[in-house]
Amino acid sequence: MSAAEIKTKTFEWFDERLGLRIARDMLDHKVVPLHPGTAWYYFGGITLFLFGVQMFTGLLLLLYYRPTVAEAFDSVRFIVTRVEFGWLIRSIHSWSANLLILFAFVHMFSVMFTHAYHRPRELTWLSGIALLGLMLCFGFSGYLLPWNQISYFATKVGTDVAGTTPFVGPMLARLLRGGEDVGAATLTRFFAFHVMILPLFTCGLIGMHLLLVQKTGMSTPKHLPAHDLSHMKFFPNFFLRELMVWYGVLALLGSLAAIFPWELGEKADPFASAPAGIRPEWYFLAQFYTLKLIPSHVWIFEGELLGLAGFGALALVWVALPFWSTHKPDGSGNARLATGVGVFLVCYLVVFTLLGYFK
Amino acid sequence: MRATVILFLLWIAVWILPGSAAAPDSCVTCHAAVDDAAKGPAALIKNDIHIAHGLSCADCHGGDPTSDDPDVAMNKKKGFKGKPARTAIPKFCATCHSSPDYMRKYAPRERVDQFELYQTSVHGKRLAAGDTAVATCIDCHSVHDIRAVKDTAAPVYPLRVSETCAHCHSDAQKMAPYKIPTNQFAEYKTSVHWEGLTKRGDLSAPTCASCHGNHGAKPPEVESVSAVCGTCHVLFEQLYEKSVHNAVFSGAGGGGGCVVCHSNHAVHDPSTAMLAGPKSVCTGCHEAGSAPAGTATQMAGWLDGLDAALKKSETVLASAEKSGMEVSEAQVHLIDGRENMVKARLALHSMKPLEVEKPVEAGMAIARSTQKAGEFALHEKDTRRMGLAVSVLLIGIVILAIRLLLQRMESTT
Repeated sequence: MSAAEIKTKTFEWFDERLGLRIARDMLDHKVVPLHPGTAWYYFGGITLFLFGVQMFTGLLLLLYYRPTVAEAFDSVRFIVTRVEFGWLIRSIHSWSANLLILFAFVHMFSVMFTHAYHRPRELTWLSGIALLGLMLCFGFSGYLLPWNQISYFATKVGTDVAGTTPFVGPMLARLLRGGEDVGAATLTRFFAFHVMILPLFTCGLIGMHLLLVQKTGMSTPKHLPAHDLSHMKFFPNFFLRELMVWYGVLALLGSLAAIFPWELGEKADPFASAPAGIRPEWYFLAQFYTLKLIPSHVWIFEGELLGLAGFGALALVWVALPFWSTHKPDGSGNARLATGVGVFLVCYLVVFTLLGYFK
Repeated sequence: MRATVILFLLWIAVWILPGSAAAPDSCVTCHAAVDDAAKGPAALIKNDIHIAHGLSCADCHGGDPTSDDPDVAMNKKKGFKGKPARTAIPKFCATCHSSPDYMRKYAPRERVDQFELYQTSVHGKRLAAGDTAVATCIDCHSVHDIRAVKDTAAPVYPLRVSETCAHCHSDAQKMAPYKIPTNQFAEYKTSVHWEGLTKRGDLSAPTCASCHGNHGAKPPEVESVSAVCGTCHVLFEQLYEKSVHNAVFSGAGGGGGCVVCHSNHAVHDPSTAMLAGPKSVCTGCHEAGSAPAGTATQMAGWLDGLDAALKKSETVLASAEKSGMEVSEAQVHLIDGRENMVKARLALHSMKPLEVEKPVEAGMAIARSTQKAGEFALHEKDTRRMGLAVSVLLIGIVILAIRLLLQRMESTT
């Protein structure tokens, strides 16, 4: 039997059981539109790739990490000092987490500015926003796991802020902390969120997101007639290009991990005073700095509460974007308003993150 | 009409009942009104601890503060004592401050033996002998604006004690009759104790009163100097007492124990320069080139060697840490090395080289291992950079290969 015959027979054997032909036909027919904004399509893939990196490095870290107050810090120190390439895995996990959130934001804004959220892609938008929320939860829960001084106090501040949410605040803070204060129960809880609950939801939601992208196809710019656009085959042409980008991101990730290894800090000491200039991770800095600027009382309202209400309102406007931003074939609609909101949000996030970092 | 009568009766009751209205203190009222020196007390008492505790001028000076008539208010028949003579001041204050029952009401933890101690002090003895130029209670605690010791503005607050003592003891004219030096404060200001107190804000650092006593102030006897220093430097004292120097320095005519090497008021940060070299304190007794001087030089060499090794380790580890390498374990271990340095410096007071050598050896072993850890981390950093360069190169080759594959595929279609 020749090699070609073995290949055909193997494919047929699997096809009979798994229906591989359907997947192959789908890949054969899937195309990617070509236009000046095609490059934005890569960002969803980059985010997915980084999530894969997180899963892989996270699983490796799990082999050594011990989620107790007494052992967490020492186990991470063991990973970075004693385990072969442990420093690289831990550093890549931390850098990748940050790049993942950065690229998720870029992906979200690229979808927003190209108005790719319009009918019939409302559910794709909503699942994407939910995924971004889950990524932020990953970041928040993972930040505490090394149990160092900075992460301990940042979690304290973060759960304090959550505790000021109207009506449900105290309950939410207790739910997050597993008690009155950040402690052993919080660490166990955050660990469970980080390695089991969040991945479960995220994998399901990623599956749904990809399915929706497949179902509705790739969005094209509204000002370009779809029938005039040329296309590229998804497989292998677009896929190989995406692979090149992934390799580029991997090189960037490796460089960051090797040149700027993620520092471990000092073991958390709940009885020590909070380190000077304590602040959350960069993706929460804009909100953190805004809350710092708001006076303790504005008229009859508590400043922090007012800030949270503002964030809530803005988040609601953002999530509901496909339902209030309209675009009609004749060019009418309020898409410009949506773009304005997007520009405002980008400017706000960039400026306030920088201010929060440097001030 | 009925209401008016009731109100009138109430007013009468308030007027008649004792303590029902705040009685004005005529001492303050009158002294505040005069223009001469007698005005002073009235202006000062607002900061006085006694007034803050509800006491009045009359509680010390007697008299009747409820009368506006000076003849009545300051009448001896009313118990008026007036201004006490300088020789009577300690006893005057002791009326209350030596009474446990009285003091318990205001400051239950306050000592009541100040007067007894004062009588044993040089100040007290001279005062009893009729020398009114010596310090009494008011010279240190002030008068009429007497503040609690913990009040930062009090002249006896730890940060101000030395200045308060220096007020008299640095005054050459005042000290001339007693033929005692006046450079103590100037010397003290160059000491590690002054530095600890004023620069580091360590209120437990010794001031004049810590060594000389406060109310029972007098210079420590030669035999008791090491005990005075040993109040804080306990382990140093224990080792010193077992050393050959104890019998020589602390005996009569020996020169004063710890003071022989460290001085008294100008206690400077000790260094190995005290053991070897031109500033060596050993050569004051031992001839240069003698066996004891040689031993001191040898011990100085050990300590300097350990210090240099620890510093070198610190530098290497700091450099590794700056490069992002994880060296916290070695840094913690290095603290043990520094502890051995402290132990070695402590052991020096036994004047037994073997006792010094042990912690020096232990410290050197730590310095070597931590330096090795730091050097390994720096080497590891270079290896990582090399690994990164190779990986990036390989990734570049793969990207290029994919690009070429794409070009070939797309050119054929």
